[in-house]
Amino acid sequence: MSKLIFEESVKGRKAVSFPKPSQAESAYATIQLPKALAATHPVELPEVSELDVIRHYTRLSCKNFSIDTHFYPLGSCTMKYNPRICEKTAALDGFAGLHPLLPQLRRGEALTQGALELVWDTQRLLCELTGMSGFTLQPMAGAHGELTGLLLIAAYHKDKGNTRTKVLIPDSAHGTNPASAAIAGYEVISVPTDAHGDMDLEAFKALLTPDIAAVMMTCPSTLGLFERNILAIAELAHANDTLLYYDGANMNAMMGYARPGDLGFDVVHLNVHKTLSTPHGGGGPGAGPVGVKESLLPFLPTSIVEKDALGKYWLRYDRPKSIGYIAPFYGNFAVLIRAYTYLLHLGGNGLKEATEYAVLNANYIRAKLKPYYAEAYSRICMHECVFTAELQMKKGVRALDIAKALIDEGFHPPTIYFPMIVHEAMMFEPTETESKETLDRFIEAMIRIAKEAEANPDSFAEKPLTTEISRVDETKAAKAMVLKA
Amino acid sequence: MMHYTKEHEWVKIEGTGATIGISHHAQEALGDITFVELPPVGKVLKAGDALGVVESVKAASDIYAPISGTVSEVNTQLDGSPELINQSPEDKGWLCKLTKITASDADPLMDAAAYKAFLG
Repeated sequence: MSKLIFEESVKGRKAVSFPKPSQAESAYATIQLPKALAATHPVELPEVSELDVIRHYTRLSCKNFSIDTHFYPLGSCTMKYNPRICEKTAALDGFAGLHPLLPQLRRGEALTQGALELVWDTQRLLCELTGMSGFTLQPMAGAHGELTGLLLIAAYHKDKGNTRTKVLIPDSAHGTNPASAAIAGYEVISVPTDAHGDMDLEAFKALLTPDIAAVMMTCPSTLGLFERNILAIAELAHANDTLLYYDGANMNAMMGYARPGDLGFDVVHLNVHKTLSTPHGGGGPGAGPVGVKESLLPFLPTSIVEKDALGKYWLRYDRPKSIGYIAPFYGNFAVLIRAYTYLLHLGGNGLKEATEYAVLNANYIRAKLKPYYAEAYSRICMHECVFTAELQMKKGVRALDIAKALIDEGFHPPTIYFPMIVHEAMMFEPTETESKETLDRFIEAMIRIAKEAEANPDSFAEKPLTTEISRVDETKAAKAMVLKA
Repeated sequence: MMHYTKEHEWVKIEGTGATIGISHHAQEALGDITFVELPPVGKVLKAGDALGVVESVKAASDIYAPISGTVSEVNTQLDGSPELINQSPEDKGWLCKLTKITASDADPLMDAAAYKAFLG
């Protein structure tokens, strides 16, 4: 184990020498604080040299497991390469140094036309990508987008005088959907999946009662499968004045090929940090813009960036039916800069190509691993493929063990035990940015693991062996949490 | 006699009372159980109501009442030792007891043989 920076501390060692305080600054030293406010003992800070600091943090950074160093096929998380040009634009002084209140000040709009144009144009491009009529860029992440979308749906029904209390969610949907619907105040009803991995249409028909506000779908679903009944589902829902919500977590499989708006979805959120690039993981940063069809436009959060006849951009607050603010200012602006850059950098054809490779790569893995691992559903997948460790379970090797073994092979584990409807699930999402050579090395590693599970199942108990800390006791970690040193 | 539900709860009915838990299959599918949330004593449950939550390293799952009744006792040992559910799911790892029970007519319970067939 490496030392903490505090453990490297040597009394009196310094990294910087402060300039002599000015006369005015020296005056502070004479101020007597009230006893209750004054510290009782000096603050303990690490005393290290500049080189100590550099080496310490550089060493730590080398332990980071990231998309910049390793293949990261974590299903549903879309860990694609994030082009450096997006970092460059997000760091431009004019964007990074901009105060978020400036556009709201008198004449501030004139000083922030570039930033407002970026917001407006991102709204426009996302509309084009998804087939929606308007977007809000405020939501800070996917689940925040879901909540915003549900509040818009609630506002729509309230405005029409509809009494709707329930939301239907297929059991193959993204995991946050039921939580978002519950937080929005809806009762959640789960719709089962049929034997082929699609939503069970007969069960859906039976559950589609007049009190259903919306159907929340992830398409492709978390099984990595395109919902083949989507047009029928949309028709049935709309005949019932039930709105169709699109969870965009898997939009990476559809860009340029299918638009949620054309499929019948009324409300869409995009995880732009996944689909349109931003380094994410460990909980952020994200952005979850929400798009709607025309009938829901009046309810979008304030403010919205608009463009007047003279080509000037401005913030519209006068929106009487709006659900109001759902986040401060304009959302995670730096993430939106990256998304905008990515959209323009790839262009329409580039986005289509990204989709093609995302789907091709997932199917390549699926086809190559099929002889060694059982598929959850045997059919062409979209951008991710789901296996079950059922064959390996016969020897006592679980999905968790396979995930740990992959770490020793130098790969990030897949998503495991999700989707929950697949026993011992393993979900792989290679993304479009991996080469065939990398995919082949990964496939070879997975085949080695399958053979090892067959020949030597007991060897898995201690894996991973190559990491600083090998197998951790996850049960103990969950049961006996130490939250404070 | 033990009866089971499609959601993998078991219920043992004795007179007007019953004991409820989760099946061996359920604990196996969940993996190591780390936390159990049980209903307050005195709570009136309808068959199908969520009565508590079982959390494992993999997932958190709602537990549903297989029959209607009033909670008369909960297994307080699970508070410090949720692993009892893994070690002895259909005995020492029981979750709660109900009184004044009435059987469910919506979702018929399965006996052990039918449950085994259901699991396939």
